[in-house]
Amino acid sequence: MSAKTIDIPDSTSVKPEPLTGDQVMDVGDQTIEIDDPTFTQAPVVDRPNTVGASENTVTRIRTRDLSVFYGEVQALKNISLSVPQHRVTALIGPSGCGKSTFLRCLNRMNDMVDGVRIAGNVWLDDQDVYDTGTDVVELRKRVGMVFQKSNPFPKSIFDNVAYGPRLSGIRNRSELHQIVEHSLKRSALWNEVKERLSDSALQLSGGQQQRLCIARALATDPEILLMDEPASALDPASTARIENLIFELRDRYTIVIVTHNMQQAARVSDRTAFFYEGRMIEDGPTKQLFTTPAEKQTEDYITGRFG
Amino acid sequence: MNSATNVGGRRGKRMISLLFSAGCLMATMLCLMMLLVLLWSVISEGAAWLNWDFLNNFLSRHPEKAGIKSALAGSLWLTAFTALFSLPLGIGAAVYLEEYAANSWWRKMIQLNISNLAGVPSIVYGILGLGLFVQTFALGRSVISGALTLSLVVLPIIILTTQEALRGVPDSIRHASYALGATRWQTVYCQVLPASLPGIMTGVILALSRAVGEAAPLVAVGALTWVTFVPSSPMDQFTSLPIQIFNWSARPRPEFHQIAGAAIMVLLLVLISMNTIAVFVRYKYGKRIRW
Repeated sequence: MSAKTIDIPDSTSVKPEPLTGDQVMDVGDQTIEIDDPTFTQAPVVDRPNTVGASENTVTRIRTRDLSVFYGEVQALKNISLSVPQHRVTALIGPSGCGKSTFLRCLNRMNDMVDGVRIAGNVWLDDQDVYDTGTDVVELRKRVGMVFQKSNPFPKSIFDNVAYGPRLSGIRNRSELHQIVEHSLKRSALWNEVKERLSDSALQLSGGQQQRLCIARALATDPEILLMDEPASALDPASTARIENLIFELRDRYTIVIVTHNMQQAARVSDRTAFFYEGRMIEDGPTKQLFTTPAEKQTEDYITGRFG
Repeated sequence: MNSATNVGGRRGKRMISLLFSAGCLMATMLCLMMLLVLLWSVISEGAAWLNWDFLNNFLSRHPEKAGIKSALAGSLWLTAFTALFSLPLGIGAAVYLEEYAANSWWRKMIQLNISNLAGVPSIVYGILGLGLFVQTFALGRSVISGALTLSLVVLPIIILTTQEALRGVPDSIRHASYALGATRWQTVYCQVLPASLPGIMTGVILALSRAVGEAAPLVAVGALTWVTFVPSSPMDQFTSLPIQIFNWSARPRPEFHQIAGAAIMVLLLVLISMNTIAVFVRYKYGKRIRW
């Protein structure tokens, strides 16, 4: 299934279409009932390549014809991709294929690059992410991010995790402590650091620092978690811990992970999109993409013929 | 025949290398020697005069009764007010240039000009201070005028060193902060400034020690040399250590040259302690942060 052949029902309408009330969506073995008549949602592309109805779920992020230019260079070419809720979506491809650029469009981190130009649309639920009225600060609280290289602040472990909540104006010490404990437990770091929360975060090992960064991202209570090669700088044991963590977080968060490690994508993700030279060549359920890829380029890449 | 020239060439190269390193060593030694001679001549003349009375006496026509109380107090006032004016301005300008300004030709032009301003002779700032603060703003020959003039001298230095410190904070820290929903102001205030504080402090202390040692711009502004009182308000007249030294060493009586030596010792002591603090700050806080 090529991205280019995805059929968008109404290409002129970019406005989200409201769903009718009492819609039932099949999410795996559980059903979500939406009986709020005001509930609206970005148009969901009907994907024939989705295996079975059980894989149908609410689409949280949707891009259409997303292109990114760095000066004269076009880094992304017309990407249309949907990210389902409570699933792990992996973006794979060789270095420089645009997968990180795509990820950084979703929380508008690309805004900070000098001379960047973005065309096309990104929706988070029914909100146009690149609308001039969008509050970027609010958006980034909903869409958390973990970076390739762990980047803890040169502060204590506690202050690292408490930074986001403090930005939101939470000052109450016990409330902060509760959030910090909660976040560190979710990122499976609590038992290792609970005795030394006031120690510098820079004293932690690389793997611990990365889990601290995940805890820091979770502390703002995001709905979406973007991970940019979160384990690429870690040893195999730490990588395994991060992967287990991703698997656990999947129940509560919608995760988009960039990785150039195909085994990792195969292990942790539900859906995979393959990027090459700024284009999305193919996307689909992970198992399908790895076993029966539709495109020749995807097959060449996953069988190790290039990249 | 061929191999013989080769050996000769190699020997020649080794000689050049040896001569070069010897030359560099000589240059270093010469600098060190000059410093030692200077220190020796100052200390041998001034040491005998340096005592508590010297620090605590006002000026006098009699060298044995003369002291540097007013000069020391004037230098303190000047430094305090120079810091008051130049720190917020200098750090603010640096934060704007590093964290806010887009990378445009406008920014590049400002940057180029600041770098040039750092090289402008201080007497030029003195003339500017005389015209602008003393006359146009009618602040008179006051501590305020002197401090504002010295602020002009040290501002480029503070801006440049602060920029250097801010650039030392990796972008990954800024990105992490933005990704958590921080605004630019929150990122600068909560992350970038604290992380770069040791570097900023070091630069600021070194810039202020430059201000302490400046005489030329103050002469231009018209700092008096016969002040027998401690300034009690920023609008008072003043003198400072370098000006006092300049004044004494210009007098014919050799005793005055000796008390000038004693004053130089005090000034050097102040400067050395400020530099020591700067080194200490850099060492103690700079080591804690490893990116």
